Amino acid sequence: MAIAVVLVLLVIGSLIFHFASPWWFTPIASNWSTMDDTVILTFWVTGVVFVIVNLFLAWVVLKYRHRKGHKADYDPENKKLEWWLTIITSVGVAAMLAPGLFVWGKFVDVPDDAAIVEAVGQQWHWSFRFPGEDGELGHSDATLITPENPFGLDPDDPKGGDDVLVASPELRLPVDRPVKVLLRSKDVLHNFTVTQFRVKMDLVPGMITHLWLTPTVPGSYEILCEELCGVGHFAMRGRVVVTPPAEFDAWLAGLPTFDETQALAAADPHAGAAQYAVCAACHGAAGEGNPALNAPRLAGQEAWYLRRQIHAFRDGVRGSHERDTYGAQMRPFAAMLADDASIRDLAAYVESLPGQAKQATVAGDVDRGRRLYGTCASCHGVEGQGIWALNAPRLADMSDWYLVRQLQNFQHGVRGTHRQDFYGWQMATFADGLKNERSINDVVAYINTLDPQPALTARKD
Amino acid sequence: MAYVAIADRDVHGHDPETFFLKYIWSQDHKVIAIQYSCVAIFVGLVALVLSALMRLQLGFPDTFHFVDPSQYYQFITMHGMIMVIYLLTALFLGGFGNYLIPLMCGSRDMVFPYMNMLSFWVYLLAVIVLLASFFVPGGPTGAGWTLYPPQAVLPGTPGAGSGIILMLVSLGIFIVAFTMGGLNYVTTVLQARCQGMTLMRMPLSVWGIFMATILGLLAFPALFVSAIMMTLDGTLGTSFFMPAISSMGADPGHDGGSPLLFQHLFWFFGHPEVYIVALPAFGIVSDLLSTHARKNIFGYRMMVWAILAIGGLSFVVWAHHMYVSGMNPYFGFFFATTTLIIAIPTAIKVYNWVLTLWKGDIHLTVPMLFAIGFIFTFVHGGLTGLFLGNVTVDLPLSDSYFVVGHFHMVMGVSPILVVFGAIYHWYPKITGRMWNDRLGRIHFWLTFLGTYAIYLPMHYLGILGVPRRYYALGDTEFLPESVHTINAAITIAALVVAASVVIFLYNMIVSLWKGEKAPSNPWGATTLEWQTPDTPPKHGNWGPRLPVVHRWAYDYSVPGAPEDFTPQNVPVDARHATGTGHGEG
Amino acid sequence: MGNTAIVVALLVGIAVWFAVASRLTAKPWDNRAQDGDVGVLRASPQRIGLWVFMAVVTSLFTLFLTAYSMRMHHSVGWCHLTIPNILWVNTGILLAASLALQFAANAAGSGRREFARTALVAAGALSIGFLAGQVLAWRAVGPSLYFVQGSPAIAFFYVLTIVHGLHLVGGLYVLGRSSLRFARGAELIDLRQSLSLCATYWHFLLLVWLAVFGVLLFL
Repeated sequence: MAIAVVLVLLVIGSLIFHFASPWWFTPIASNWSTMDDTVILTFWVTGVVFVIVNLFLAWVVLKYRHRKGHKADYDPENKKLEWWLTIITSVGVAAMLAPGLFVWGKFVDVPDDAAIVEAVGQQWHWSFRFPGEDGELGHSDATLITPENPFGLDPDDPKGGDDVLVASPELRLPVDRPVKVLLRSKDVLHNFTVTQFRVKMDLVPGMITHLWLTPTVPGSYEILCEELCGVGHFAMRGRVVVTPPAEFDAWLAGLPTFDETQALAAADPHAGAAQYAVCAACHGAAGEGNPALNAPRLAGQEAWYLRRQIHAFRDGVRGSHERDTYGAQMRPFAAMLADDASIRDLAAYVESLPGQAKQATVAGDVDRGRRLYGTCASCHGVEGQGIWALNAPRLADMSDWYLVRQLQNFQHGVRGTHRQDFYGWQMATFADGLKNERSINDVVAYINTLDPQPALTARKD
Repeated sequence: MAYVAIADRDVHGHDPETFFLKYIWSQDHKVIAIQYSCVAIFVGLVALVLSALMRLQLGFPDTFHFVDPSQYYQFITMHGMIMVIYLLTALFLGGFGNYLIPLMCGSRDMVFPYMNMLSFWVYLLAVIVLLASFFVPGGPTGAGWTLYPPQAVLPGTPGAGSGIILMLVSLGIFIVAFTMGGLNYVTTVLQARCQGMTLMRMPLSVWGIFMATILGLLAFPALFVSAIMMTLDGTLGTSFFMPAISSMGADPGHDGGSPLLFQHLFWFFGHPEVYIVALPAFGIVSDLLSTHARKNIFGYRMMVWAILAIGGLSFVVWAHHMYVSGMNPYFGFFFATTTLIIAIPTAIKVYNWVLTLWKGDIHLTVPMLFAIGFIFTFVHGGLTGLFLGNVTVDLPLSDSYFVVGHFHMVMGVSPILVVFGAIYHWYPKITGRMWNDRLGRIHFWLTFLGTYAIYLPMHYLGILGVPRRYYALGDTEFLPESVHTINAAITIAALVVAASVVIFLYNMIVSLWKGEKAPSNPWGATTLEWQTPDTPPKHGNWGPRLPVVHRWAYDYSVPGAPEDFTPQNVPVDARHATGTGHGEG
Repeated sequence: MGNTAIVVALLVGIAVWFAVASRLTAKPWDNRAQDGDVGVLRASPQRIGLWVFMAVVTSLFTLFLTAYSMRMHHSVGWCHLTIPNILWVNTGILLAASLALQFAANAAGSGRREFARTALVAAGALSIGFLAGQVLAWRAVGPSLYFVQGSPAIAFFYVLTIVHGLHLVGGLYVLGRSSLRFARGAELIDLRQSLSLCATYWHFLLLVWLAVFGVLLFL
């Protein structure tokens, strides 16, 4: 008895849940509303079956429950009924399948006038590339990837020289223009998903896959990776900003081409030494840091990371949070650097500084810290040496009190909340895994024990 | 006659005498079945605990801090692999298959009892190797139960060193065990049925397990092949699946391999695998419904054909797991079509289950409650499969929580409800005792309502766009705060359901001593296993003479019969003609 | 993909035959029809078990060969393997072993003990000779593991031939047990089935070898 009532209540409850809940499609921002239509059609067909079958079940359980004197029928087969049910089911199935295949045909057939953009996925970041004036993307290969050539483009391919490179995880697209997104992975399987666009596709290393769409609504949409790609999978995010064409063109024009990135003069550490003079007052003549002045060690930190942080301070991506006192102090200093060339020279100089034996000031449980460090190692390296490919700086031998403060800043949203601070956002997500002060101290105490020298030496070979 | 000799042959010579030979190193299919079931349930409980830990992280990410991202991915991988392979497959085939096939077919044991015994011990070895991966440096693999390369063997994924290798080795060992058992199940059904037991007189439980075994024998090699090739990629540096890449800035030295090749092989196994779990459940639930409603299964022939059709079709739908994999998009048309076609025999089975209850005499026993719960949840899960099988509809939903909701409903809820119902149903025969009815009902309601409360909302999270396999959702710009509330609610429901398993275990264990002694056929069932001379059945099952079968497995409430059930081994008498009215003259 | 389709079609064909042959269209509630004839296949359980096992192994090798062909099509620089000549010799040896075992089975069936013994010994020796020849072939193809990494053709060569060899070793184990029983004076009539099944299995492994060898040669 109760079961029959419960079945009816569950059917009604499910329907109420469906119709009354706020949890429905995120508003669509692309041309693929036909996909939503196929989903809704499927809901109707399956919904009708769900209701009918279960209500019938409930009625049957009620009406034919065992009572004194009640007996069951003996009815092995009813071919006519079974054939009718088969036919009706087949019709229902075909009714769902046909529109689905029709829309799929549209997805498979990329319009000839679609613009091209390439989305490059790696553990755990996005970058993008446009074909430039010649309309064609240059040849790329995973074996060509270096810190200076992160896209792995072939310098001998003339088609690649004018490719426009977007090193940050934020892509812009013009509204109302169809675009074919070519998908390339540097390392493992990933997946490019923008929920509002509806379409998604895996990135497969060794292959170029694709999807196409026409963005129809200006706005900012998150890119989510939707194929498990390792421990940072959930933190691999990007953004697509859809703008009017004029804004898009202006943005595109401001980005470097591959040739331009390769033509940059080599960084000059000697020139950088001159730039460094003003930094030495706080960070020390040898870049060893000064805890009393809240200036961390810089010596030996990787140039690409130093460049990024200086840019971040200069542009307010870092240091503009109201509670970031020390970050705010850095901002005018970063602004003093005249241009990108100065920043590159300075960073090269600082990276070359040898650094001295450090003073450990943070105490903690090293064994517990080793276990906690496991996740960090995926990006920052088993010896804390840093991995440029993952945008993870060196941690080993750096000022431990500074590491503690940065972890706290990430946790409290003091750092990593700026819209353009994608890598900071990632760190904030990971820092949340260290729930309390004890965990932070433990992991930093463990980092203090790391010796990155072998890894760094190996890398130089 | 030939079949009598086979069914009757006491292959192992004489009855075992020592405790060791009777209960441990035993070739008796009933003992082997219980051994399989105990190990499977134990390792399933391990996976259940892992899922509780996962849900704590997902539901309350700011409160609980003992699961970090690496562990989370290791937990989801081990949870998934254990549940699908080491629990469900082992329990349905090694557990129920071993117990039921000889008894329902009227034979004394399986045809190769020594190999049958070995299959359990090899299975146990596979479990030990799998659990050992928790204790190696780097821990178990965190690549997801699908183990996709190249990430599974590359840094960045937990367990990319020893963990994945142990997993692959364990799977290889399991497949050997499965093959040894599977040869038994198939050959016994084909060759060792007792006199009068034609294939079409077999109960649907046997059909379901039989077809599932055939699927497994043909599909597991695909997993074996991919396991060998991935092991070589991970240890010897071959490039079966590994293309040229830049992994963490370094070149690991592979070239030319195809990750999609793995996916094709894996899913060529993986899709039949879900039917290896589902078909025994379909068969068993048919018998539960029939027995407890005192009515023949409706449309037995269609049910058999549907089982065969589903089994056959299951080999041509695999790439519906790969719609967004980057494979040739034109394959989408083919696989969407075959996938939606397979819905038709499945739907027929659903109709026939409900039509079995129609005009029946439904006793709402605990097994019947679980069977009804199965119908409800399987209808839900099967219908959501129609979304995911239709390639276009799948596109926005793929890799979202909609998928998680769907596969848990059809793999984790419906078959588990059947497992519970079946254990309650056959417990009196296996142990000779009855369990506590009240506790059984409490267990049913908590499980049925609890699992629905867990998985219904997940589908809507998927529609919103919440991705699966995310350690933490964090703050997004488009998902509402209420998503976190739903996650918390789902976690609470999950913890309640997990706790309710304790009630089940308590009932099953304590009833072994405290339960009332059970009659040999408490449900009045027609199938042969209830007609054994002893309860629990002794070694050799039937005493000195094998049964002789005279009728099909569903003579319930036959008009004119003295009782509302007529066991299969009761001779046909002119006065007790069939419902067609055509009696022997 | 094409091979898979062929295998699946074959399986479906077998299934249909089975369904028809087993009279799955009978109405089982109609009690008159079926007393007595249970519809078992006219073969011993051991033979059925062997056929089922051979179906599993067929599935295994078909999948390996499908993987081989898919990997080949995927690869840009597929470097074709030079087949060491010893493989031709090995093929001949395996064929001879298969024949010898068939003779042994026939001899056991017709009671010729001496001839059966000779043929059995020959089959065993030839099979071991085949395995030894395979080892020589492995050494000829690549004296070090470096070559396994270098070319997928070589990696597949090793995997296919090693898996085949392992199945032969398994067969030798069973053959060894039967030979021991023979040596200890068991009656020929008791050995007849075992030798016959071993012969069937050897013929099967020969066919598998021919398929593997053929694929390695021509693809």
